[in-house]
Amino acid sequence: MSKAQQVGQQVLNWVDDRFPLTSTWKAHVSEYYAPKNFNFWYFFGSLAMLVLVIQIVTGIFLTMNYKPDGSLIPGTNVSVAFNSVEYIMRDVAGGWIIRYMHSTGASMFFVVVYLHMFRGLIYGSYQKPRELVWVFGTLIFLCLMAEAFLGYLLPWGQMSFWGAQVIVNLFASLPIIGPDLSTFIRGDFVVSDVTLNRFFALHVIAVPLVLLALVVAHLVALHEVGSNNPDGVEIKKNKDPKTGIPLDGIPFHPYYTVKDIFGVAVFLAVFTTIVFFFPNMFGYFLEDNNFIPADPLKTPPHIAPVWYFTPFYAILRAIPSFLGTQVWGVLAMGAAVVVIAFLPWLDRSPVKSIRYRPAFFKWILAVFLVAFFGLGILGALPPDGLRTILSQVFSVIYFAFFLGMPFYTRWGQTLPVPERVTDTNGRRQMIFGILMLVTFLGAAIFAKLV
Amino acid sequence: MTKQFRRFLAAVALLVPVAGFASEGGVHLDKAPVNLRDVEGLQRGAQTFANYCLSCHGAINMRYNRLQDIGLTEDQIKANLMFATDKVGDPMKVAMQAHDAKEWFGATPPDLSLIARSRGADWLYTYLRGFYRDDSRPTGWNNLAFDKVGMPHVLWELQGIQEPVYKTVKGHDGKDEKVLEGLKLVKPGLLTQVGENNQYDQHEFDKRVGDLVSYLVYMGEPAQVKRQQIGYGVLLFLLFILIPITYLLKKEYWRDVH
Repeated sequence: MSKAQQVGQQVLNWVDDRFPLTSTWKAHVSEYYAPKNFNFWYFFGSLAMLVLVIQIVTGIFLTMNYKPDGSLIPGTNVSVAFNSVEYIMRDVAGGWIIRYMHSTGASMFFVVVYLHMFRGLIYGSYQKPRELVWVFGTLIFLCLMAEAFLGYLLPWGQMSFWGAQVIVNLFASLPIIGPDLSTFIRGDFVVSDVTLNRFFALHVIAVPLVLLALVVAHLVALHEVGSNNPDGVEIKKNKDPKTGIPLDGIPFHPYYTVKDIFGVAVFLAVFTTIVFFFPNMFGYFLEDNNFIPADPLKTPPHIAPVWYFTPFYAILRAIPSFLGTQVWGVLAMGAAVVVIAFLPWLDRSPVKSIRYRPAFFKWILAVFLVAFFGLGILGALPPDGLRTILSQVFSVIYFAFFLGMPFYTRWGQTLPVPERVTDTNGRRQMIFGILMLVTFLGAAIFAKLV
Repeated sequence: MTKQFRRFLAAVALLVPVAGFASEGGVHLDKAPVNLRDVEGLQRGAQTFANYCLSCHGAINMRYNRLQDIGLTEDQIKANLMFATDKVGDPMKVAMQAHDAKEWFGATPPDLSLIARSRGADWLYTYLRGFYRDDSRPTGWNNLAFDKVGMPHVLWELQGIQEPVYKTVKGHDGKDEKVLEGLKLVKPGLLTQVGENNQYDQHEFDKRVGDLVSYLVYMGEPAQVKRQQIGYGVLLFLLFILIPITYLLKKEYWRDVH
């Protein structure tokens, strides 16, 4: 041991006597044993962490120049808040890259989180004993939606303003407390400077704090029970009798750290392509109308939320008002998010992974995917007769998928689950690739025609 | 996953869109000849903007000295483009007060800093070339892309005067209806000509409007050319250095797994 190493060891010992540094590192990283058969789907957890860090860091720099001020610059129709965003885009050194990273990060957060959730769905990662991991995850998703909604008001463009107006008005439809509640949320009778200021406070500190705490809870709960895998086999059942290490487990560091770094590099290629070449993403990441300063007197003809909210927005619009109130749509939209948290108790299948489930489950999942994509597309379009009917059909499918689960997951013959994890299989990957392609092409054609 | 499932998905993907129908139409938009690398064109656009737009519309997010991006020096900017201020670092503010403008035109002219990002270049190109005489309007002008627009045809001395051409079609109720078919130049301007057989040539005017729209696109996001330039470097680094290195690193570490 060299002199420097000795000193390093002494410092480490000093710290370890006072703080569980080495033991925490071991428990969560270098001696956390993860199944060795993680596939493509297992990149998105670490990528969500990456995007979270991107959002926090770019967000900090944005707050240094952003001004949550809805008052107008004298002689113009442009607010101080709107102008400060453009100031960042034009006059702050490197401001445009920070702002585009933040706006692209918001959408990419939902991309990776939706894929991460879909992974949980296909491999039954929410089943016993990982129920709390899933519940914490659902709460993170909820926080993320709140965070995205609050942040979208800040540029104070037309879509910011009217989107917030529409969503806050939803609360007004609740019986008895509704009107007062929506006024309480806005802090005013209309969306105004007061609303902008409180949304700013909530967006930059309140929700991020909760989000970070939930991420810690999500990871602690995961490391307590151990990771699931594409086979849904519990690796802790087969341990080396001498060392007590799972036979199918490999230490997270260095194996999954290097693998995830590769995932990060590939993700960054996609991310930077958007940031540098398609920051608007054809109006899906940054809406055209949001480049018009907010005008409380001019309602835009068509108000659509950003793409990641459209499936739930479509459910909201699909439910007709009856008994003289529109609250049912609001309740349905809320239920559509909340029902996800109950997945661990809705799924009664004896196997976890889709690989060993009966064939018809895959069909059901496919129909669910089509309905979810369909809702996403319909939620972005102005409603009309046929689109409303389609949204209603897809909404029924969406809820039937979850509420029918206690029944259909018990039917059919499951395949025998192996004792140990299996290797990846080229044929399975190929079929899967084709399926994804068909789904996306189908969605694209659907969007074109509807 | 099974073959059946694959077939099923394919069938769903093919069947669902059958229920679809055509989207509603709007005004046909002409493709704008936007070229952000043509510095001379951008400079002509900036000049047209300062001469014809800036008296009523502001561009509050655009500073005069930013025009150095498109190859102008501060002295050139001061001498040729600045009418409302004498500080080259000032934003392009409008001299007119917003409430006066509202009284004069019925609506405050929008700030144009980001107009190309909200409206799109093609719409602007169609709009700026689409003014025609309409005596029923307070200003005497109407527009093909923006019916009953409050703005008069400020480029009329360049384009001249267009009049609408109507055609008669059978309406829903079987009666004849007059429908706007297109526009016809009746009096040439500085950049247009009417030749024999009423053939008119708007080539030069279209080019000028193209320059103006290019300038508006540039002004919507002055950093965009630089953004793409940096983007190529970043992508080359990721695709040819970082991704291969991290892939090989992963392969090396994983040799002993299995």
